[in-house]
Amino acid sequence: MTPIIEARGVRKRFGDVDALAGLDLVAESGHVTAILGPNGAGKTTFVSGVATLLRPDAGQILVAGIDAGAEPKRVREIIGLAGQYASVEAAMTGTENLRMVARLFGLGRRDAAIAAASVLERMDLADAGDRLVRTYSGGMRRRLDLGASLVGRPQLLLLDEPTTGLDPRGRTELWAAIQNLVADGTDVLLTTQYLEEADQLARHIVIIDHGRAITAGTPDELKDRAGRNVIEVRPRSAGDLPAVEEALARIGSEVPQTDLDARRVTARVDGGGDQLRDLVRVLDERAIEVDDVGLRRPSLDEVFLAVTGTHLDPTDPHADPQSAVPDAA
Amino acid sequence: MTTTDTRIVGPLVETPVSHATGADFVISALQSARRTILQFFRTPQLLMLGTVQGALFLFMFRYIFGGAINPGGGLDYVDFLVPGFLVTGILWLGMPASSGVAEDAATGVHDRLRSLPIPRSSVMFGRSIADTALTLWGMSVATALAFVVGFRLHAAALDVALAVALLVVAVYCFTWIFITIGLVSNSAQAANGMATLLVIPLAFVSAAYVPGRSLPGWMQPVADHQPFTVLSNALRSLMLGGSEAVGLGHSTTYWVALSLAWCAGIFLVFATIAVTRFARRR
Repeated sequence: MTPIIEARGVRKRFGDVDALAGLDLVAESGHVTAILGPNGAGKTTFVSGVATLLRPDAGQILVAGIDAGAEPKRVREIIGLAGQYASVEAAMTGTENLRMVARLFGLGRRDAAIAAASVLERMDLADAGDRLVRTYSGGMRRRLDLGASLVGRPQLLLLDEPTTGLDPRGRTELWAAIQNLVADGTDVLLTTQYLEEADQLARHIVIIDHGRAITAGTPDELKDRAGRNVIEVRPRSAGDLPAVEEALARIGSEVPQTDLDARRVTARVDGGGDQLRDLVRVLDERAIEVDDVGLRRPSLDEVFLAVTGTHLDPTDPHADPQSAVPDAA
Repeated sequence: MTTTDTRIVGPLVETPVSHATGADFVISALQSARRTILQFFRTPQLLMLGTVQGALFLFMFRYIFGGAINPGGGLDYVDFLVPGFLVTGILWLGMPASSGVAEDAATGVHDRLRSLPIPRSSVMFGRSIADTALTLWGMSVATALAFVVGFRLHAAALDVALAVALLVVAVYCFTWIFITIGLVSNSAQAANGMATLLVIPLAFVSAAYVPGRSLPGWMQPVADHQPFTVLSNALRSLMLGGSEAVGLGHSTTYWVALSLAWCAGIFLVFATIAVTRFARRR
């Protein structure tokens, strides 16, 4: 079966910055593919290439087998794009916004009305359809924006950081909306810098950094590849953190990491159960009270750390949401 | 179409169209225009600015500066002022288009539109239609007010109709300057700043509000030849009974023809830049 997206050696340079430095990526049809990477990794640039908004300097992007460089119009007929901002018109109602996009997709007046109504229903916005978008919450706007990319019934939906800037509730609601779509069979490519989001939504994750794909696989495969399990301990008192760290240093296979804010010490271990048992004994001997102690698989952040050597930090204060090409910044 | 979308997406199956092929140029332009017009009339700040600003300026010139300005040739200042005032309305009322376009670019509206299967040039043509309509709205309000403060036409109905037509054409063509400014700016503030820098000299270093001969000598060569003087002269000649009646050297036809030449030039240059700029893939 033709992959929904196939990118080979895609390069794009903005000034002195290689936004994409030979990106290879294959997204199969039938599930959500997430591109995970920090700010500036090239996520938005790549999505813009798939959406035919920019032309790569080199390489090729095929969307459902169609060359985005050679036949952009045909690609635009089968994609829906929801960018980093809710690009719906605040001075129009939800219904008006969706009808407009439906009309632009080429639907007649009547069909556009039907499509708009059914999308509102699916996005759980039916009650708000006649209200001006200005009165919507951030989460509602994003759902409407998602809906706007759906009225043309795209084969492939492109979501560029769909939940950036949303509160936890808005995020959960948007996730539910995306999961619904997937259940209906729309292919989705989403970019995110939130590990949890990729973990929740995607069956296939491509980790990119500095404009290159570093590794790809299912969340489980990636965690297997990062190897070792992790033991995590949260002492009751922050004063015990050094003692916990010392205990873990003896058991773990690498230097433990202490997170002061979360009052937590983590360490990668070669095995699992044996080390956990040993640790609990040591903590007991030293009478260190703990709130939580456990053995878990590596998180995607640890996967990211293992493959790139740096942390994925979505709270990067240098992130610039106003920049037109944030990934090139 | 060679591709057929066989995917079934929930309740959307009700939609009888099996594949989105995109709107044609006209529908796409009209939908884009409608959006801009709704935005204007439903956003109190925009509506206020676009409606009341003209009135304020008119009052200011008519009653505050007007007493000190002598247009000569036995003309009332209010009659002299209104045609020039309408012409510079192209600038003052057209200016907000710059920040509007820049805002649409910054908030992802343009990316969304550029990802749709529509002729990309239609979006900016739609915008130009909408901005023309909005500027004409502001001018209508100002014109109604002009009659209230004493303005009277001194011309045949045909000449007045020509004056209106010329104004509409000029509004349309010059709108493209502001659209272009919006497209090349990184933010709404930058666009507004750039537009202001353009509008103030064009509006004031001209014969729009004062007789050209009252300007300092070194300024006159610029003022005499720039398009807003030419347009003011054309509109004055048409509205007040000919170029001799308003003390101008050339015939009315001369001023109208020169105005149209300016309009055509501005349209060709800026519409080309704007459309290319919007359609280009970075």
